[in-house]
This record gives sequence, C-alpha cells and structure tokens, in this order.
Amino acid sequence: MILEGRIWIFGDNIDTDAIIAARYLNTSEPQELAAHLMEDIHPEFPGLVEPGDIIVAGQNFGCGSSREHAPLAIKGAGISCVIARSFARIFYRNAINIGLPILECPDDLSMLQEGRDRLQVDLDEGKITAPGSGLVYRAIPFPPFMQELIGRGGLIEYVKSRLQK
Amino acid sequence: MDKKHPPTGSTMVEKILAARAGQEKVKPGELVNVTVDLALGNDVTAPVAIKEFSRFALDQVFDPDKIVLVPDHFTPNKDIASAEQAMVVRRFAEKYSINNYFEIGRMGIEHALLPEQGLVWPGAVIIGADSHTCTYGALGAFATGVGSTDLAAAMATGEAWFKVPPTLQFIFSGTLPEWVSGKDLILHTIGQIGVDGARYKAMEFTGPVIDNLSMDGRLTMCNMAIEAGGKCGYVQPDGITFQYLEGRVTKLYQSVYSDSDVEYEKVFHFDISNLEPQIAFPPSPDNVRPVSEAGNIKIDQVVIGSCTNGRIEDLRIAARVLQNKKVHPRVRLIVFPATQHIYRQAIEEGLISIFVEAEAAISTPTCGPCLGGHMGILARGEKALSTTNRNFVGRMGHPESEVYLCNPAVAAASAVVGRIVHPREVV
Ligand code: SF4
Repeated sequence: MILEGRIWIFGDNIDTDAIIAARYLNTSEPQELAAHLMEDIHPEFPGLVEPGDIIVAGQNFGCGSSREHAPLAIKGAGISCVIARSFARIFYRNAINIGLPILECPDDLSMLQEGRDRLQVDLDEGKITAPGSGLVYRAIPFPPFMQELIGRGGLIEYVKSRLQK
Repeated sequence: MDKKHPPTGSTMVEKILAARAGQEKVKPGELVNVTVDLALGNDVTAPVAIKEFSRFALDQVFDPDKIVLVPDHFTPNKDIASAEQAMVVRRFAEKYSINNYFEIGRMGIEHALLPEQGLVWPGAVIIGADSHTCTYGALGAFATGVGSTDLAAAMATGEAWFKVPPTLQFIFSGTLPEWVSGKDLILHTIGQIGVDGARYKAMEFTGPVIDNLSMDGRLTMCNMAIEAGGKCGYVQPDGITFQYLEGRVTKLYQSVYSDSDVEYEKVFHFDISNLEPQIAFPPSPDNVRPVSEAGNIKIDQVVIGSCTNGRIEDLRIAARVLQNKKVHPRVRLIVFPATQHIYRQAIEEGLISIFVEAEAAISTPTCGPCLGGHMGILARGEKALSTTNRNFVGRMGHPESEVYLCNPAVAAASAVVGRIVHPREVV
C-alpha cells in the first residue's frame, strides 16, 4: 500500500496524555476523540489536520498511559500513517492491533518542514520518499508475525481466524 | 518455595515466558505466545475491549476467574458519560460471571488492589489494559501493560503475544537515608536512564537495599518501570515476598529466579547512602533533581495517593509528618487511600484523624486527580506536588498547570510549609 500526505512534525517523548488528554476518555468514539487530538500541545491541531496527513515524530512516540484512545484518536482524525524514530511499546502494540499504519524510521528526518514537505510511504517495502527533494528514507520492516497481524486487519481478525480453526 | 536451576543463563522473566510458551528456553527478541493467569481492565480501557470482544460473538470468556475488572478511573462516576462506561463494565461482568469485579465501597485502585486481594503470585503472567500493570513484578510475576484490543483477545483465548525483552539489572547498595524511600530509588533511576532508557526492556531491581526494602516500597518501584519505558520491572521473590503472600495466596505457585550467570544487557550500580528525596519536575518523570536543589517552588495542591504511593506505609509516613500540624492556609491537601482495605486500616491506626485534624481532604479510593480525571483538577497556572507517577503537560488539569512528583514524606511536609521542602524542615 502506498500513502501520500502532508506532514506534521512532533518532537521526542510525545506521551499519550498529550495525544489525547484523560478528560476526554469518557468516550471511545474515534471521531469525538479526534476533535481533541494533540490539543494540549498544539491547540489548533484538530482544526488543521486533514484526512491523509502524516505524523512525523522523534523518539519514544506514544509513551505513558496504555490508552488505546490515543491511536484511535489519530485514526479518527484520518492520519494515514505515523512515522517516528522509535515508539513506546504499548502504543506500538495498540497501533498494530487496531490497524493504524506506523513506521519506525531511524533516519534523520529533521530537515523536513511542516507545511511545505509531503511524504510518500510504501508500507510494504518500508520505503519513505520525499517527492519534493527525491530523498529516500528506510524504515525498519515488521517481523513476519506482525506482518501477518497487519495483513489480517489487526488482532481481532487474526484471533477470529484462529478461533474458527 | 523451591529454587529451580534449569539450563544456564536465563533471567526470571525469560524463565517465566519460556515455561508458559512451552519452550525450554527463550532469548531476548524472540516472539512468543503465552498463556496468561490474569487479564485486567478498568472503566476506561475495558469498554473498548468489551466492544472489540463482542466482534468474536462468543457466549463465554476463556475463564471467568482469570479476568479482573476494576472501575477506578472515573468512579464514583464523575459524569453521565463515565457512568455509562462503568455500566458497560458492570453488565459485562454480570453477563460473563466475572467474580473479580470490584464495585466502589469494596474496591481500590487496580494495582494496589490486585496484590492485596491475593490475585498476584510469583511466576504468574499478568496482562492489564493499563500501563502500570508492571507493578506486580514486585511479587516476582511477569506483568505488563497492554492495550484494550490485547485485553479483548486475551479474554477470548487466554493468551497474549510478547517479544521477549532484554533485561537491565539495577543494583542498589548502601543504606537508605531517613525520609528516602522506594519512590526516590525509582525517580533517581528514571532520572539517570531517561523516560525511554528501558524501552521494551525488563528492569531487575536487586542489591542489599532492595533485599531490605518493604513490599510497599518494591511495589512503588515496579509501578514506575513504565516511566522509564520498561516492559516490566521486578524483584525476585524472597522472605519479604513470602511474608506478604501469606494468608493472601493459597494456591500453589512456583517461584522463579534469574540464574547467576545471566548476561544482562546492561548493569547499573547505584550507591544510595547519600541519596536525598527526589523531585521530578514537570513535564517529565525523568526531569529529576534532589530536593535541596528544588529552589523556591510554591504549591497550590498536594496529592497523596495513587497506585504508586497510596498504600498503608505511605499513609503512615505522611501521618508521621502531619501529626499536630496544619496544612498551609494557601494549600489544598488531598489524601486518597488506594484501597478500601487500606482506608479501613488507616482509620484503625488513627491516621485518618491526623489527616482531618491537619485539614486535609480525604477521598474514597479512586484514580481521581492522578490522571486529571476528577476530585482535584488544577486551574491554569496552578502547581501541584504529588506522590503519583506522571507529570506530563495537562496530566492533572489545565495544560498550563504543573505537576511535581515526590515521595509521601516530602508531599506531607511541603503541604505544611506551602513550598517544596525536605521533611526534616517540618519534623
Ligand atoms: S492511580 Fe493513576 S497511574 Fe494508577 S491506575 Fe490510576 S490513573 Fe493510572
């Protein structure tokens, strides 16, 4: 699958309280959650983000609370993919489990500019291209077990197929 | 207890995972599917899991006795939306005959409650849709936080997948100074390695200081493994563990220990004889300074409680500081015993009277302000000093409010003085 979108840049250690504050956890509707995505660290963000956009972040994205509401809010806002230098482990599991595309990219993406650059992402190959500059970045491919999870559309579908056996 | 010596060079966590995956041995990085002894959810994470679980169209869960549901985040229900979430959990528990459902008045904050209720034992595999599930490593279990979808899958299958973590060993030597506790050891550790210093890794806490550390102190330390990004934290079972388990856990269990010839990914030595109480400054738990370097920080609210520091030992030390004192007129002190049982114990020991006399507000067990849920939300520009575990932007209320983290003695003393101080300034 190939995605292309505008990018939004976030720093290191973006925690799940920043992605979606606890005061909004009395619902789990992705659309409602999306209305408050990143609100505490970027108040205008929910109004600016458009379907297909890509989040580019630093180290340890999604640290802190285990709330699955964080990837749900990101998915609800229509974000097509999150690219980070590294992910916190529960966020990583959650994103894969609910079928939110994420890529771990150790390459330095810091020269990219929000509002100017776009990225093209080839999820199968783990290849990230900046169409403007033509620069290509490499993401770490998923181990086969996780590829299977993603291929089946997430953990629930995967377990369903196992339960049927 | 019988100490087992299987093939060389495995950590406690590797041995537990290997046994449960039906393998002789596992190596860090390996993906394993294991059976779980317990799967936990709360009123925020369980509703999402229940929705996902319904997609399986099953009329039973894998084992009703291995599921635990604790509505603790927004309970007693804070508003209509959270009341409805709590109802989803309650109805699910009824429908699937889940006995380990804990209603208010009988409950506690999940991570204080489960060990207290004897639901945690050495060698157990426990997953919880809550990041602080890592707390139970203090009893020699492999316990880790997962997401709601993981919980849904485990409720159906009794299994979960894991990548075997590499292990970091932390050796604490020296003698624990007065007013320094498990909270300071873990804050110091996080300050040293950073909020992603143990990302995807297991943290083994050991050494003479840990050997003498109370179970409450060990629970506090393992609770905050996640604040260093850890998959789990653990202390290997010993006399203190077995004493704690006595009368709580009646089932047979097998204690598991790391071999002496384990190759840890990294070993850290901390001599803590001169360690001061530690303060984590906003907005990150690794922004740690000793209390003497805190400067003049005036505080508006002090919170003593949570799954990190709401246990009886924490309340005792806070009461020791607050005895015959009054909270500073400008400060609001809120005390949350972490479970109903601890609450009763605090009443019997006279601690609650000390708090009330000191003009603190006491609350029924709830997560409340710890996650900025209810019962003590901060206004713009306010500063709180708290015994909880996170101080991210907006964690306890307004995005422009601030949270500082500390141990219960520092929290109590600072509530009296109105700024962050060392307990010896008050006692
Ligand atoms: S007390 Fe705080 S950290 Fe502990 S479970 Fe509740 S919200 Fe989470």
